[in-house]
Amino acid sequence: MTAMSAPTKVELAELGEARVETPGAGQATLRRLLRLRWGLAALGVLLLIVASAALAPWIAPHDPLAVNIRHRLAPPAWMDGGGAQHLLGTDQVGRDLLSRMIYGGRVSLVVGVAAVLMSASIGVLLGLGAGYFGGRTDWTIMTGINVMLTFPFVLLALAVIAVLGPSLVNMILVLGVAGWPIYARAIRAETMAIREREFVLAGRALGMSHLRIVFRQVVPNLVSVIVVIATLQVAQVIVLESFLSFLGLGIQPPTPAWGNMLGEGRVYMLNSWWIATFPGLAIFLTTLVINLMGNALRDWLDPHLGL
Amino acid sequence: MSAGSPAAVMRRYITRQLVQLVVVVFGISLLAFAILHVLGDPVLLLLPQNAGKDEFERYRHLLGLDRPLYVQYWKFVSGAVLGDFGKSWYADTPAFKLVIERMPPTIYLTFAGLAVALLIALPLGILAALKRHSWLDSLCTAVAVAGQAAPLFWLGIMLIIVFAVRLRVLPASGYGTWQNFVMPAFCLGAALAPITMRLVRSGVIEVMNMEFIKTARAKGLAEPTVVVKHAFRNACIPVITVLGLQFGQLLGGAIITETVFAWPGVATLTVESIRNQDFPVVQCAVIMLALLIVAVNLIVDLIVGLIDPRIRAGT
Repeated sequence: MTAMSAPTKVELAELGEARVETPGAGQATLRRLLRLRWGLAALGVLLLIVASAALAPWIAPHDPLAVNIRHRLAPPAWMDGGGAQHLLGTDQVGRDLLSRMIYGGRVSLVVGVAAVLMSASIGVLLGLGAGYFGGRTDWTIMTGINVMLTFPFVLLALAVIAVLGPSLVNMILVLGVAGWPIYARAIRAETMAIREREFVLAGRALGMSHLRIVFRQVVPNLVSVIVVIATLQVAQVIVLESFLSFLGLGIQPPTPAWGNMLGEGRVYMLNSWWIATFPGLAIFLTTLVINLMGNALRDWLDPHLGL
Repeated sequence: MSAGSPAAVMRRYITRQLVQLVVVVFGISLLAFAILHVLGDPVLLLLPQNAGKDEFERYRHLLGLDRPLYVQYWKFVSGAVLGDFGKSWYADTPAFKLVIERMPPTIYLTFAGLAVALLIALPLGILAALKRHSWLDSLCTAVAVAGQAAPLFWLGIMLIIVFAVRLRVLPASGYGTWQNFVMPAFCLGAALAPITMRLVRSGVIEVMNMEFIKTARAKGLAEPTVVVKHAFRNACIPVITVLGLQFGQLLGGAIITETVFAWPGVATLTVESIRNQDFPVVQCAVIMLALLIVAVNLIVDLIVGLIDPRIRAGT
């Protein structure tokens, strides 16, 4: 599900659990190591996905845009009528599915990373402002967060894309600007806690400026939180981008993107299941490894949160 | 903190929630207005590209778009309060009527999805919590991690391919009979179930470690009684709170599910209207859905405040 706020919720839940849970130290360490191992495996798969997207022109067996009507709707290699020429089969105009999937990863990854960088920057700044200064600033920003979180993210993205028109840049802008509340909410809470710590009070007593305290003393303590949320958010953004492309409101054909391939494949799902199945599998796998990595990262950076 | 009679505390709590509600609704109306009038230009979207300059000016005047933004916003809001969002640019009917007609299917789907999610998440979450670190617990966690990563729209299509195309046991789309409900409700429920299950699990684990559970056990109560009567009821509070907060996400999921199964709800209407560039309808749908979420959140807050005195007295 596109539960944008899901990661933070689970974190909170697990926080609660970690407090009451005091199993034998040995067992806890073992579990942590196991999860880290999963995280490393996930990282390996993710690097593979990133590499294949980056090296697409060299490793894709075919031109992703090359139409070949004579080979249209060819099934994957292991089925009757499939050939080794097109490992995962072809689509409705005979384009090689595997090549399109390799190229399609580029869009998803670029949109995911760019949008997350944008929303993290906005969200962290606003969260710091709200948490550090409190009072009116906090109230205003919190209201903004509440309004944005009330809107389903999907709905907001749909409405904005409808006005701006679908394009790669617009998509990054929409997903980047709409994603900030998740960061702002978490950063605000952390900042409020850190603000009361001795080293911040000491800094104030020494006459440090607010700006210096925030960026020299508060932010370094927030890096791990930001990294964990941002990692998990990349997965969410990729799913959302795919959904918009799936509806035809994102990346426009013929440019291959996992979402629009899935959307095109839906029309042919009666006879040619593979066109919709494989791009969706790519989204699933990418989201899964990013989530696993994010969880492992949280354990590693913040051991006291670990299970 | 100023104490007071329980009724006074509850009254203050409700007032606080209502004030917040008004602010959020104001913000939503501002956002919906800004999307169309600040980001885009309605006339540009309404008229064909080759329309003359005079034509643009005429329409701008006709729609009142040449007036200052705050005047337009006031006109928009004062109409919206009375349910007047203007006429659809595409079909010659009031946008409000179109949206309201499509509301019931969306609400039914949302609640069906919620029911499915609870049916999956409650038993599994409780079992996983009681048999912590067992193979069952690990299996549930693994399925939950996988389930959270599966894109909803892809899951829907896979269900259609398997159950409608291959096995031919369920209709691929449509609305009206219970068969139509099965796949969309399952799809939406499966999407919400993982997070709910993890919350139920950690809620039950936390409660099971509390003193009153030890007391109940020391009294010699049977373990099932302890779990059902004492632990579960207290574990419900965080679950209800989070489900309420997740309602927006649930509705977001319903939007995705609707488009996959051609469900005749508000979301399909919104996507159609976006394709037709029918902005009064888009605006109205967005606001009505947001209001629905706000209302549900308020109800959840009140319920939680009612069952948990710590919350209504809190900040």
